[in-house]
Amino acid sequence: MKLIYYPGCTLKNSARNFDTSTVSSMAQLDVEVEELERWNCCGTVHALGSDNVMNRVAPVTNLIRVKEAQANEFMTSCAMCYNTLKRANNDVKKHADKLNTINEFLNLEQTKYQGDVDVLHLLEYLRDRVGFDKLAAKVKKPLKGLRVACYYGCLLVRPKEVAFDDVENPMIMESLITALGATPVNFALKTECCGAYHAVGSPEIIADRTDKIMGSANEEQVDLVVVSCPLCAYNLDFKQDDAKRLNPDFQHMPVLYFTQLMALALECGKEALGFDLHHIDPLPTLAARGLA
Amino acid sequence: MNNTTLRLSSSIGSAFVAKVEKVSGQKLLACYQCGKCSAGCPMAAHMDILPNQIVRMAQLGMQKQLLASKTIWTCVSCLTCNSRCPKDIRIAEIIESLRQTALHNGQRDDRLNIMELSPAARGDLPPIAMISAMRKLTS
Repeated sequence: MKLIYYPGCTLKNSARNFDTSTVSSMAQLDVEVEELERWNCCGTVHALGSDNVMNRVAPVTNLIRVKEAQANEFMTSCAMCYNTLKRANNDVKKHADKLNTINEFLNLEQTKYQGDVDVLHLLEYLRDRVGFDKLAAKVKKPLKGLRVACYYGCLLVRPKEVAFDDVENPMIMESLITALGATPVNFALKTECCGAYHAVGSPEIIADRTDKIMGSANEEQVDLVVVSCPLCAYNLDFKQDDAKRLNPDFQHMPVLYFTQLMALALECGKEALGFDLHHIDPLPTLAARGLA
Repeated sequence: MNNTTLRLSSSIGSAFVAKVEKVSGQKLLACYQCGKCSAGCPMAAHMDILPNQIVRMAQLGMQKQLLASKTIWTCVSCLTCNSRCPKDIRIAEIIESLRQTALHNGQRDDRLNIMELSPAARGDLPPIAMISAMRKLTS
């Protein structure tokens, strides 16, 4: 059976390398991935007010599309999409009145949502369905000697209702990195917020967050940082020049999606890696380790 | 010995306090001011009022000061405060209710105008940055 895949808007835009590395890695792992038809915006942020039923319409519409694809679960690799879709799903599963209101609002849809779809993140799919041992056995080019800091940010671990690992000290990405033959390195700020959408209106906040988070990873002498969110990736990669202006001691370092390291180890090819979309070019760092 | 009166109801700020409690779904008086929310807040350095102070001021119904604070626009709902609160109070939800009160006041008092950004900046930003900023900072 095919695994339904929800890419989300940014994976078709500035984070195309997250999309291509996800899809090609899954092919190497013999998982047949099918992109969800007619998917729409996930909503990006989960509205926290008790009266925000309207903001659940976008995510629930996607869950209807999954049902229309004759599936009862789907996978996404974007942490932001995962978080928003999972929380909206939890909310309407818990509150029948809200779900009823949404179904009535979406009365032109042939399919009604009944809380019968599960939202999966790629990391938990790899751990629970594929298995990190099976993944390790498929590795063609072990990422030997590469020191990797795994940055989770907020969306994979908070709130605890959507976390598929420990809230304060998640290790799932470290397990993946180990399976790829690289060396995961712990660092203090791995679950601290990058500043998120302040990239739009308050870049000074992002410069400070990037300086602190990347600085914390740098203290552990890592080669690069991996992420699962295209907004974290943007802030931590593209805002490094701002961080350098704020703190002259700031050291530039590449930021990659975890799927790119997977695609590298599984030898998915240059097209899948999409290293041209980065601000800090990862190639010199990878070449220094004999990996590019 | 003097008698003191301990107020146990959060009706001091009346309608405002009731609205914050309803929209956030939180009982404000559950907070005993341990300060864990502010200790862990990654945005605290950029705030004028700390998260624990926000909760205290909300208990006291200090509407004017809360809605004029920088903090309600600085918080990005990373939920570190929520996950560490020993009383399971959702501080991020309280702050969201204050943001909503400020944005839904009939004035269209938005905190972000996308059209003021340069076309280069607009083209450079990932879509999820633009959409989430507009969802959080505009009415």
